[in-house]
Amino acid sequence: MRHFIKFGKPYLHTRSLLRGNSGLQTCTHVAKSTGVQDVSKSDGNSFIGMPHNYVTKLEFLEPKMENTIPVYQVLDSDGKIIDETQDPKLSDEIVLKMYKDMKMLNIMDGIMYSAQRQGRISFYMTNYGEEAAHIGSAAALEMKDLVFAQYREAGVLMWRGFRLDQFMDQCYANINDPASGKQMPVHYGSKDLNFVTISSPLATQMPQAAGAAYALKRTNPGTCVICYFGEGAASEGDAHAAFNFAATLDAPCIFFCRNNGYAISTPAHEQYRGDGIASRGSGYGMLTIRVDGNDTLAVYNATRKARQIALEESRPVLIEAMTYRVGDHSTSDDSSTYRTAGELEYWTKTNNPVTRFERYITNERNCWSAEEDEKLSKDCSKQVIEAFTAAEKRLKPSPSLVFTDVYDELPVNLKKQQKQMREHVGAHSQHYPLKRHEPL
Amino acid sequence: MSLLRQSRNILSNLKAKSLAKRLMHFKFEPDNPSTNLGPTENMNYLKALTNAMDISLENDPTAIIFGEDVAFGGVFRCTVGLREKYGSDRVFNTPLCEQGIVGFGIGAAVAGSTAIAEIQFADYILPAFDQIVNEAAKYRYRSGGLFECGKLTIRTPCGAVGHGALYHSQTPEAYFAHSTGLKVVIPRSPIQAKGLLLACIRDDNPCIFLEPKILYRAAEEEVPVGDYTLPLSQAEVLREGSDVTLIGYGTQIHVLKEVAELAAKDGISCEVIDLVTILPWDADTVCTSVSKTGRCVITHESPVTGGFAGEVAATIQKECFLNLEAPVERVCGYDTPFPHVLEPFFMPDKWRCLQAVKNVVNY
Ligand SMILES: Cc1ncc(C[n+]2csc(CCOP(=O)(O)OP(=O)(O)O)c2C)c(N)n1
Ligand SMILES: [Mg+2]
Repeated sequence: MRHFIKFGKPYLHTRSLLRGNSGLQTCTHVAKSTGVQDVSKSDGNSFIGMPHNYVTKLEFLEPKMENTIPVYQVLDSDGKIIDETQDPKLSDEIVLKMYKDMKMLNIMDGIMYSAQRQGRISFYMTNYGEEAAHIGSAAALEMKDLVFAQYREAGVLMWRGFRLDQFMDQCYANINDPASGKQMPVHYGSKDLNFVTISSPLATQMPQAAGAAYALKRTNPGTCVICYFGEGAASEGDAHAAFNFAATLDAPCIFFCRNNGYAISTPAHEQYRGDGIASRGSGYGMLTIRVDGNDTLAVYNATRKARQIALEESRPVLIEAMTYRVGDHSTSDDSSTYRTAGELEYWTKTNNPVTRFERYITNERNCWSAEEDEKLSKDCSKQVIEAFTAAEKRLKPSPSLVFTDVYDELPVNLKKQQKQMREHVGAHSQHYPLKRHEPL
Repeated sequence: MSLLRQSRNILSNLKAKSLAKRLMHFKFEPDNPSTNLGPTENMNYLKALTNAMDISLENDPTAIIFGEDVAFGGVFRCTVGLREKYGSDRVFNTPLCEQGIVGFGIGAAVAGSTAIAEIQFADYILPAFDQIVNEAAKYRYRSGGLFECGKLTIRTPCGAVGHGALYHSQTPEAYFAHSTGLKVVIPRSPIQAKGLLLACIRDDNPCIFLEPKILYRAAEEEVPVGDYTLPLSQAEVLREGSDVTLIGYGTQIHVLKEVAELAAKDGISCEVIDLVTILPWDADTVCTSVSKTGRCVITHESPVTGGFAGEVAATIQKECFLNLEAPVERVCGYDTPFPHVLEPFFMPDKWRCLQAVKNVVNY
């Protein structure tokens, strides 16, 4: 069964036997009926509408750790499709865009990381190792779907069409940054691309995603929400609230966990004792799947199917993508103090999502070649450097913008403070870095 | 990672027109440790904190230290070496959940252990707000002293660093100042950091210990190596003067010391007071000074509206009304979140403070 898309069913609910009527035929998911029974019909075998079975043996439930939730795969490590029924049958155009975006993401990360090391930008976070999780999921969604991300999902934005200059302008906090340089680097956002601006406090986006999905169900049927989060963030109270709200309020929300093994220095096994994040799904009454997060096509299939279920059945779906954070947590981190070179080597050499997908398009699809690959790398570098150089040259925003966007318009107290700031900085201009900024 | 190497090469060919490295907005001047505290050693703020925790773990077998990434030494390296020395049951990682960290710490304290909790950034203490404000602060009051969590200390790095933006810069002292039952402390130096942390750990009330993280490495001085505590709720007069009283805490103290130097060049004599403890605070030292000088400037990085300077100003106008020569001035963060690249314009820096000193003198 390992190769079939199988969403684990929550145990509690009685479900009708209607089959999901579209999508991959081998999907074993069964559409839901409402699990709650009529309360007025409560009898000895139900509790406020929920079924109850009584037993007379004293037995505690052990978490099932020997028989863990399986990991759905489509591609093997050579890039071959393991089970032909699972081929999503994507066009060459799509798989090439997927690959090119992964490559561009890698090259952008390399250059921005180095830029931070040289003091050109204040901070950066790379996405190395998680390219398949980003691109596979992003490609399975519709552009109208709303994205609530954590911070390590630049590939999702790239797939949606966020341009290099937009990435660079945000990291450089220059006048073209829509947030006027107010946030730290990598806190991207795009109204056009339905990508809600990143916030640093972890897991706060999760209940918000549930709320957005609930609202969109009423106002924009056919639109779903995807919420990305790390396995570390999943320990926050907000994660619990999000799952429970989305489940009880029937919100069409895909909860996409990037389980990359670490939250800064803390390994995943110190984050939970159960069977990962996926095992929680059933407790909340959510459909759940665990996928190989380094397998672009597995992530694609799972997300595509999750989207269909979320919308057709108005319910949240939990995806746990098993991957690995190959880079340091951020430019403020040195991961060699808490993990081994051998571990890293396995995930860069043996289980590398980009290499696996490259093998798929080169050897299995025959729509890509080593020469094209080399040329692509050069082109990407050139484009990144161009965008980077332009972003570096642009001025920083005017100091007056400290006060904008606190409210929809400047209230009296802020107008007064803005005036004070202008007068003060104007009178002591020699002490302020005004040359780098647009005029006061 | 050959990709990385490659991009490093590409970049080094580009002329580095990098961000002019932002200068720190203050100078740290070491204090002299009190001579009766015994031998000293050069320590930075971080080392002083580690040293205080080392002493606690050594002397108090119930003491435990926990939080996110604490086991490997913490993201700021405050707990380096402690796990190796005292064991993984005493220095450990928790799951990533601030309300959990504080709730767990309260429970451990209620059960009689010394609980030293680390919240990775003060900006991320807010998920624990309920546990701190409704639980820790009110435990003793609601049980008539049957139960209390005085053995809890919450350490957390706070304050501006030049590029932290909205969520790596805040100092939440004002939120907690509104929660009686807590003690809130902000040390300005390594000597203080050690003595006050030991005082908080041993104090029989839950304490929030705010550590201006820009000082971790920037502040270095001779620190007594032995076990010592410094008094809570006691402000410190760092410089005596006759014209204006300058009041602050944490990093702003270093700004104010420089302001006092600059003002002296203009013939203005400033008295500088470090509040040290925000709650319960030492109004006597402040009011004695302002009654003498008749003028006062209060400063903090946090936004001015609802900030602690307002509380200090209200007390001064009541206690020193007849001695005041000018209205009390507040120089604080503006009423906005912390902006990233615009931070230099937001900060209550020495130039803004100096201007305020001139304003009160020329009133
Ligand atoms: C509420 C909150 N607490 C702590 C932090 C500090 N912090 C930033 S990222 C991080 C680890 C997150 O790990 P995970 O969710 O697994 O995501 P990953 O970095 O692995 O992608 C921590 C502790 C934060 N940003 N917000
Ligand atoms: Mg993680």
